[in-house]
Amino acid sequence: MISYGKHQFPGKLFVVEGTDGSGKSTQLALLHQWLKAEGYPVFFSEWNSSPLVKDTTRRAKRRHLFTPASFSLLHATDFADRTERDIIPPLKAGAIVLADRYIYTAFARDVARGCDRQWVRDVYSFAVKPTAAFFFRAPLDVAIDRIVSGRPNLKYYEAGMDLNFSDDPEESFKLFQGKILEEYDRMVPEFGLTVIDASRSIERQQREMRMLISQHLKRRRLRNH
Amino acid sequence: MEPGEYSGKLIVIEGTDGVGRSTHIALLRTWLESRGHAVLDTGMTRSVLAGRGIKEAKTGHTLGRLTMQLFYATDFIDRLENEMLPALRSGFVVLTDRYIYSAMARAEVRGIDSAWIRSIYGMALVPHAVFYLRIQSPQQLVERVLASGRGFDYWESGMDLHLGEDFFDSFLEYQTRMLKVFDRMSDEFGFHVLNASRSIRSVASDLRREVDKIVDSSGLEDLTSNPQTTASDHLVTVAK
Repeated sequence: MISYGKHQFPGKLFVVEGTDGSGKSTQLALLHQWLKAEGYPVFFSEWNSSPLVKDTTRRAKRRHLFTPASFSLLHATDFADRTERDIIPPLKAGAIVLADRYIYTAFARDVARGCDRQWVRDVYSFAVKPTAAFFFRAPLDVAIDRIVSGRPNLKYYEAGMDLNFSDDPEESFKLFQGKILEEYDRMVPEFGLTVIDASRSIERQQREMRMLISQHLKRRRLRNH
Repeated sequence: MEPGEYSGKLIVIEGTDGVGRSTHIALLRTWLESRGHAVLDTGMTRSVLAGRGIKEAKTGHTLGRLTMQLFYATDFIDRLENEMLPALRSGFVVLTDRYIYSAMARAEVRGIDSAWIRSIYGMALVPHAVFYLRIQSPQQLVERVLASGRGFDYWESGMDLHLGEDFFDSFLEYQTRMLKVFDRMSDEFGFHVLNASRSIRSVASDLRREVDKIVDSSGLEDLTSNPQTTASDHLVTVAK
């Protein structure tokens, strides 16, 4: 098993992170279009997408079967399947992999749920270290507004209802998201996350991302040609 | 976690595939219940949360090495938090068919970093005793597989490791490696080793004698013929 930071692959891995409603998925989709148009082989991988684990997660969410620790481990299982199936093989083949949410999502959520910070990091130590990880930072009230106005019903675990912060889903969601944001802020220096100010226009954020990403690609192209 | 804060007893039955673990758990359970002990029996991949998912993932044969270990860990934590700990708090004798040791052994023969797998299972409770049903050789396991009539299983043969031409060759090599890992863990964690190559009856009587030293027989004194056996001689092993 190769641990975090030790993998050496010809491909590049770019990940986007941030609270719900920070606009990261929109940015990643635009990036995907651009890289394809530039002629790169691009693969996309998103959180909670393992075909082996999907049914178990769905059932557990519906029936409220999770504790903080089992929530953490099942999501790690899902992530391991993505890593073994969708992330490592294309990276070995020299492709660009774009990931919507990565290990930092687990670190933020699981620790906000009360899991031990070091334990969660140990569980995920098999992950490939990204070439660059972008953290879309939106002020808490903006992120909450985007989610709450877009969806009338907050989901049970998304709102952190399992933690009994509050009986009101919206209130619980705000408290939970606040804790998640604190964890993200702590991870910026720890993992060298690139902070993107998500309160600016979509176009400006995209320009900044393309500029940052092209630095990583230029080096690779020079070597190849 | 130390077991002291719970009034129940956690008893683990470990061993490679086909050594008779489930037979002995069934016998122990009946015996313990007849003596007035409440028993919970549980085992690997039997969790409400992940049991079905693991079985489905295994039928596809596309389960990766790391994914498999974490799926087992999810199954384990769900049974620990929702079955074993509540039962132990209520004073049950918990009999578990395999524990973290099987999971760690399967990870190890697959070349997975043992520091990693151990850090994940750091949340496990230290059992009061681990009984390791030890078979002398993989050939004896082969005989049992043949006797069972169900043939060689893909995962019990370690087919994901590509160790041999076919299920039979792979089974021998895989089980040989598993036995080696178990022998080493046996020293490290202080397993109570029982020779499982003997008859069911003699293994069962050894198990009863040892389990009797662990379970709390106080309050049942008048029914116990030999009061010396009530001494709670804990066989605590250290899981970390």
